[in-house]
Amino acid sequence: MNVVIVGSGRVGSSIAKLLQSEGWDVTVIDEKEEALNRLGANWPGGFIVGHGMDTEILHKAGIEDADAVVVATNGDNTNIVIGQVVKKRYAIDCVVVRVLDPARADFYAKRGMQTVCPTQTAIESLAEAVRASQKHTQEVSA
Amino acid sequence: MYVIVAGGGKVGANVARSLLRMRHEVTLIEQRPYRYERLEEEFEHQVLLGDATELHVLEKAGIARPPDLVLAVTGDDEDNLVICQIAREGYNVPKVIARVNDPRNQAHFELLGINQTVCATSNILGLVEHEVPEHELVHLLELRNENLEIVEVLIEGGAPCAGKRIDKLNLPDGARVISVVRGGVAQIADGDTEIRAGDQVLAILEPGKEDELRRALIKAPR
Repeated sequence: MNVVIVGSGRVGSSIAKLLQSEGWDVTVIDEKEEALNRLGANWPGGFIVGHGMDTEILHKAGIEDADAVVVATNGDNTNIVIGQVVKKRYAIDCVVVRVLDPARADFYAKRGMQTVCPTQTAIESLAEAVRASQKHTQEVSA
Repeated sequence: MYVIVAGGGKVGANVARSLLRMRHEVTLIEQRPYRYERLEEEFEHQVLLGDATELHVLEKAGIARPPDLVLAVTGDDEDNLVICQIAREGYNVPKVIARVNDPRNQAHFELLGINQTVCATSNILGLVEHEVPEHELVHLLELRNENLEIVEVLIEGGAPCAGKRIDKLNLPDGARVISVVRGGVAQIADGDTEIRAGDQVLAILEPGKEDELRRALIKAPR
């Protein structure tokens, strides 16, 4: 199975390594050549330097044969646009898009985009942690 | 008319100023504080500090009214695309126009349904093409929504169409000669119009038919 990952920051590079270790054929796209360092020495997958909006770069990364695409650059709008372009132009079923702004993540999720919003996840986990401590205090005092 | 202008650079500020002079109601959105401060001196309450791709900023600008028109003219194509999509799909803004900074992104705008776009680079290149004589087909007008374009061709001596009537030409499907300019005088072309060397011919065609049209008019058949 082939996966293309756009953006090799902390998130993109970690997903790349994880999926690679699980047997996926992984190709990573990043604007900066240094981003290859995040993938560790002797990265066995593909790595293309360029912008994910550039269809030539997508082509070089083998987008036509991709079974899944993860879009996780540091720009919400860049991710939203690349995610839609990839899904529409290449008819790839699994396109997952990282969007930090919960409002935009929700807006596009309602329009059929598979968004992941780490901010929303953090809000929920933090609130849950606080609620759990409250419950714990109440139990102790009871 | 109420207009939201997203992006307060040279394009946005000048458009906003002109619209205000035409007595339209305008809100200009700019995200960079230093730029905003300068704009505020001129536009006062009609300029808003914020990222126009954030829904709460757009709502503060009155996107829910909704405005008659949203102009997305920031220097970032992805931002412009997202602003247009939110305005149109989220708030039913009847008309959105986007600035395309990098002409290579034009296709993305069309793919994602934003058809009203302006690209300064493409416009300038079109004018260059018009001024450079060795280009055989000069693009005069692109009717993107109609999927048609109008081109101009100069017919030189020895061209396969010179001396022929238009109805005897082997024009491709999806292309028509619409007028012939001879000695500075334009006439509407019909089937029995004869094309001569030195004529400037205007043709309307579907994009992609350029090569076939070129072969029919100016390249000798192989």
